[in-house]
Amino acid sequence: MLELKNISFHAENDGKEVGIIRDISLNVEDNKFVVITGPNGGGKSTLAKVVAGIIKNTAGQIIFDGVDITEKSITERARMGIGFAFQQPVRFKGMTVIDLLRIAAGKNLSVSDACEYLSEVGLCAKDYIDREINASLSGGELKRIEIASVLARDVKLALFDEPEAGIDLWSFNNLIRIFENMRKDRHGRSIIVISHQERILNIADEIVVIADGKIVKQGSKDIILPEITGTENATNICHKMA
Amino acid sequence: MVQMDAVQKRLFQEVADLHDIPEGAYNLRANGQAISRNTTANIDIQSKTDVSGIDIRIKDGTKNESVHIPVVLSQSGIKENVYNDFYIGENCDVLIVAGCGIENCGSQDSEHDGIHRFYIGKNSRIKYVEKHYGSGDGTGKRILNPVTEVYMEEGSTMEMEMVQIKGVDSTERTTVAELKADAKLVVHERLMTHGSQYAGSIYKVSLIGDGSSADVVSRSVARDDSYQKLDLCIVGSAACSGHTECDSIIMDNGRILAVPSLEANNIDAALVHEAAIGKIAGEQLIKLMTLGLTEAEAEEQIINGFLK
Repeated sequence: MLELKNISFHAENDGKEVGIIRDISLNVEDNKFVVITGPNGGGKSTLAKVVAGIIKNTAGQIIFDGVDITEKSITERARMGIGFAFQQPVRFKGMTVIDLLRIAAGKNLSVSDACEYLSEVGLCAKDYIDREINASLSGGELKRIEIASVLARDVKLALFDEPEAGIDLWSFNNLIRIFENMRKDRHGRSIIVISHQERILNIADEIVVIADGKIVKQGSKDIILPEITGTENATNICHKMA
Repeated sequence: MVQMDAVQKRLFQEVADLHDIPEGAYNLRANGQAISRNTTANIDIQSKTDVSGIDIRIKDGTKNESVHIPVVLSQSGIKENVYNDFYIGENCDVLIVAGCGIENCGSQDSEHDGIHRFYIGKNSRIKYVEKHYGSGDGTGKRILNPVTEVYMEEGSTMEMEMVQIKGVDSTERTTVAELKADAKLVVHERLMTHGSQYAGSIYKVSLIGDGSSADVVSRSVARDDSYQKLDLCIVGSAACSGHTECDSIIMDNGRILAVPSLEANNIDAALVHEAAIGKIAGEQLIKLMTLGLTEAEAEEQIINGFLK
């Protein structure tokens, strides 16, 4: 499905070159649910953006379904079947939820189809379909619409960048359910989620720990999760809030 | 009745969503002449005798009726001033659709300056939709300078949709409103300019009665080398509330001058203005590109949504 070969990304900071991602190689097989975790600033989000084409890697190769996509644009990658849910979804004045879902689906989605995607993320379609994606939506609502926009696409690889960031506890419980459903009902797609949450890590097939721009641990959930439980790489949202 | 040609039909469709002769009262004007008119038991339309234009009189208590008065110009070189006065009785609920479409394939300028005056009776509700559109590839300019004056009696409501999305080379829009007690004015303006077009839009809303309120929202996009001047002013002279908002996107070498202003002449006047100008946010483009759109398609979608 996805093969990252020796990916590096260097950025310039005060005239000095800093390695954000340093020689990462990773294979994500078909139908796998992979969770990438690790300390903040370790390069996880950057890596996901490199896969989607939002950030251009400075070295290395990205192979998607056997095709080298390293030089391909965001649009080309999207059309090949890569979906990306942003950590901080953007707002669009005037654009409604159904407009966004129609763009995502690439067709004139019927209201009942749109309903299905919205109910998958726990939103009641009739309340939301004509809402503008503007400041009137809460962070949690926006986040769920962002996830629905990825579900509405027929993607082979879905990337979710910290879906739990900035949402309340109630929405978080819903979110876990969304990912549990997605995992059950994968239809041949692979899913990569960037997360620190133990409950999301707990439904992974595979866990990858990235720190300081490198993979420091990688393996099946049964092996990796016990090693990182209780560290900042696998936090329990309830403990944090207590 | 004069037959409409294909160009005129298309223009009527653009400015008034008319595919055929509308229901209810109407006055269709093409190339300086009324081509068709219909009145109803409650809505009368008469030509003015002193100047070009019509008087529209709507009886007290007229509800769920509509008036369409679109204008099209399809000959190059026509310049006209038209005065349309609406006398609306009390307790009415009426939709009024106006608008002007110009097709100019010639070398002479075509200009329509429409002056619309609304006298709205007590407790009446009016929805007014005005669309301006230009097309044609001639060198002659398409010019529209509409003036709209609204005089609102106690408890009346006016909702205005003013749209100019395409093809008008030069426009100076002036809207003046005066609101008595408990009258309410809501304006949604949508403007887009392209090429080397100019659009000026001036609003002066006077809140003179206690409990009156106004919400004037303008969204605009200036593309290519076009220039817009948006001048939104609310004057509060009573216990009233007013809000203006100018929200604009600039693209290419587009330029916008936004001059929102407020004047409070009463201690209980609550007035707010907001103004923002900026280019399309990069994250918005990236988000839509991750959904498979090209950058140009993403821009179009963002603008379409913004001007919807």
